Amino acid sequence: MNDTAAALPKPVAGQAEGRRGGLLRRLRYVEPVTLLWLLLVLVLLFLVAAPLLKLFSVSFQAQETGTFTLSNYATAYGRARYLDALVNSLTLGLASAAIAVLLAVPMAWAVSRTDMPGKGFTWAVVLGAFIMPPYLGAVGWILLAGPNSGFVNRFWQWLTSSEGTLFNVYSFEGLALVIALHSFPLVFIFVKAALDLVSSEMEDAANILGAGTWTAMRKVTLPLVWPSILGSFIIVFLETIALFGTPAILGIPARINVVTTQLWQFFEYPVRVEVAAAYAMPLLLVTIGLIAVQKLLLARKGFVSQTGKGGERRMIRLGPWRWAMFGWCALVGALSVAMPLLVLLQASFAKAWGRGISLDNLTLRNYHLLIFEHEMAMTSIWNTIWFSAAAATAAVLIALLVAYIVNRRLMPFGEVLGFLAMAPFVIPGIVMAIGFYAAYASPPLALYGTAALIIFAFTARFLPIAYANSSAAIRAVHPEMEEAARILGSGRLQAVSRITAPLLRKALLGGWLIVFIVASRELSAAIFLVGPRTRTMAVLLYDLSEAGNFEVLAAFGGLLLLITLVLVGIGMKLVGRDFMLRRM
Amino acid sequence: MSRLVLRGLTKAYGKLTVVDGVDLTLAAGEFVSLLGPSGCGKTTTLRMLAGFVEPTAGSIELDGKVISAPGLVMPPERRQMSMIFQSYAIWPNMTVAENVAFGLKLRKLPAEEVRRRLWEILEVVQLGHLAERYPAELSGGQQQRVALARAIVVKPAVLLLDEPLSNLDASLREEMRFEIRRLHDEFRITTVYVTHDQAEAMATSDRIAVMNAGRIEQVDAPHLLYTRPKTRFVAGFIGRTNLVEARLEGSEIGFDGCRMQMGQINGVPQGGSRPILLSIRPQSIGLHRVRPAGGEGRPVTPGTVVQRVFLGESWDYVVMPQGSGLRLRVTAPPLQVHEVGEAVWLEFDPRQMALVE
Repeated sequence: MNDTAAALPKPVAGQAEGRRGGLLRRLRYVEPVTLLWLLLVLVLLFLVAAPLLKLFSVSFQAQETGTFTLSNYATAYGRARYLDALVNSLTLGLASAAIAVLLAVPMAWAVSRTDMPGKGFTWAVVLGAFIMPPYLGAVGWILLAGPNSGFVNRFWQWLTSSEGTLFNVYSFEGLALVIALHSFPLVFIFVKAALDLVSSEMEDAANILGAGTWTAMRKVTLPLVWPSILGSFIIVFLETIALFGTPAILGIPARINVVTTQLWQFFEYPVRVEVAAAYAMPLLLVTIGLIAVQKLLLARKGFVSQTGKGGERRMIRLGPWRWAMFGWCALVGALSVAMPLLVLLQASFAKAWGRGISLDNLTLRNYHLLIFEHEMAMTSIWNTIWFSAAAATAAVLIALLVAYIVNRRLMPFGEVLGFLAMAPFVIPGIVMAIGFYAAYASPPLALYGTAALIIFAFTARFLPIAYANSSAAIRAVHPEMEEAARILGSGRLQAVSRITAPLLRKALLGGWLIVFIVASRELSAAIFLVGPRTRTMAVLLYDLSEAGNFEVLAAFGGLLLLITLVLVGIGMKLVGRDFMLRRM
Repeated sequence: MSRLVLRGLTKAYGKLTVVDGVDLTLAAGEFVSLLGPSGCGKTTTLRMLAGFVEPTAGSIELDGKVISAPGLVMPPERRQMSMIFQSYAIWPNMTVAENVAFGLKLRKLPAEEVRRRLWEILEVVQLGHLAERYPAELSGGQQQRVALARAIVVKPAVLLLDEPLSNLDASLREEMRFEIRRLHDEFRITTVYVTHDQAEAMATSDRIAVMNAGRIEQVDAPHLLYTRPKTRFVAGFIGRTNLVEARLEGSEIGFDGCRMQMGQINGVPQGGSRPILLSIRPQSIGLHRVRPAGGEGRPVTPGTVVQRVFLGESWDYVVMPQGSGLRLRVTAPPLQVHEVGEAVWLEFDPRQMALVE
């Protein structure tokens, strides 16, 4: 009976052995996971903790001598122009978040609760707005609503035979609207997820007591999802105040200075990292504080309806109003995706975009120039692809290992790892970039201008996305799956590679693709860290926008979108239709 | 076949002690169940046996070698054991054959032998025709058989089962009980079986260890647990019973007007005068319209039917002996009908009573 058991290593025997034997025995039973844990701690300290600490310490150091000083703070907050930028950021954040909520909540309600037609179309709109890099949308809106030459304004002038301007995108309102048109998908995803949890019986209970459809929605449904609305409002607010591209493209010509564009100015020659670090502190503190508020809001479970799958869900019949709702979704789709995309596409194939669509204006010169002649374009495409791929691989790998250790409770204090992996979530990308610059750009590591610096920053910045993804995936695999392999004689690492990893493959691929996509269009972290040879597509796009060559810029944006669309297509095919839009 | 010894095995999480000084010895080839309500520590004990949990105190020995002690836990993969999990843990990315052959391949057996033993075991659990299927295509019972085959095919030193039948429907569960026992009779693997279902434990086990609040209350063969429960918990957990407070007076035991010679009750120590607790099974009490003879030292007492329920296979009466606050449950066959309020006679059988702590 014991013939195969004999093939296994015999248990080490008895208590009679000396102390030395006991120690050896102990070492033989140490799992490799302990070493792995140590390695991960070091990696996370390098990627997350060190840049943040450096950012903090450098803000108190004199530039030349490195001695303690408060003068950086005095400089950073010593001029009215700098303080105005702070106020501008806050107002812009509030305005964008408010517009995004107004745009998205009716859409979420219509898709989740009503018989509105064209729900697939609405999903496509949301996905489209989500995929479109924000600075590209901003360029599209310059073509649409530039004060004199924008299509919308020219159409208005033609319609009214006047010299007037319907809408000037180079304005505070223009900035707020363009940002909201990019960020409303976040509100949609959050609020729809909450609405999906409200069972029809909640509304039925209000109906039976005498409330009509409208009253039930106002008094029961909306209050139930109120924390989600507020939570997504906070997220959009934070996205906005951390955003660099759109304010730089639209705000600088309009002389609207915000925190991120001011930070960028501190980085213009001569680079004043110390002042930038001091000036970034409010951004960091506001973000940490508001994320905490948002967590509190969403943690009050009694508020959100938690009946979950229980309870039947019926769609509210809107009658003729369903077409009004559909009209709203179509309008948002037109403003956020269709119109900017159309004018960008037109410009990319045009000799001069202002001449509109005509045969003699049509050319492939812009693409030809980029692909065969431009000195940086192809390099930046290659850079973008391999930086993003490397960062996505590193982030998913680290996240997977950390999530595994935390979820399986392999180590005491495993949560410390999880905390570090999630920490970049509360650090605006631009702040993180300054931290990386301060910590690693200069000697001893002297990584400035290297690919490594950007890859490290991308990895750290998108680690939380990968971690949330891996953590959910690992929780879905029953620990007994692995234990079954171990009791049959495979070590932990072997069990993970033979059993757990294959089961996680699909989810991990989804996480990898999401990180790749967001990394490939990341501007705010990249722009502070790129050197002459390490420019990414996003940075080059920004350079082109400063040069004002919109035809070439549009063509380059088209290439970036093409790459993104290919990846989204792969993701939908391999992982599932909604892989980008799952609420994490 | 291996001999397994648990000595003072203890597991505490902070101040919460979930397993509290468990002593248990399994002879080679023995089938022992750990039976108890949820939270009694039986699964934690099993996971310590498998090496997934480190004990806080005590030790586990396999064939005389310590495999678990505080700070010294041989990892599961080196214990030569097998385990069947509550969720089955059949790997969905492998076929039935790949699942079952997994352990054999890890043991680096020649391909020829792997194939031979794989097909042998698939025949034994009647899964030969499903070898190339994936688990998602199998029924719950078939998945259970895959788990059994995967665990047994490596001929483990010890087989551990963690509530393996709790996810099956009632009729299938009954069938699998006999299947598990049949496989044990065929392979004689030392087995520890964790369950909260006493019928499962009784159908499969050589001995049952009843656990409560982290401790083993009693270890005995199934029929002894039923007829000779040693503690109040075991008497109440295994089957139904009436717990009756009685007095020991010299050589006599009395309660509510009934007097018995203590020699007739199993395990009552001699002498003294003190209160004791008796377990009296409902089906050991006779119910009569007229006063029975009460031979062989069987005490009788009059009473009144206060409640009744018909359960199909039997009547379940509640009877109050005259001049007492006791409410005794009495089981009677379907044709023995008494109305509520009817006066009856109760007849006790001291040989079927047990003194419990």
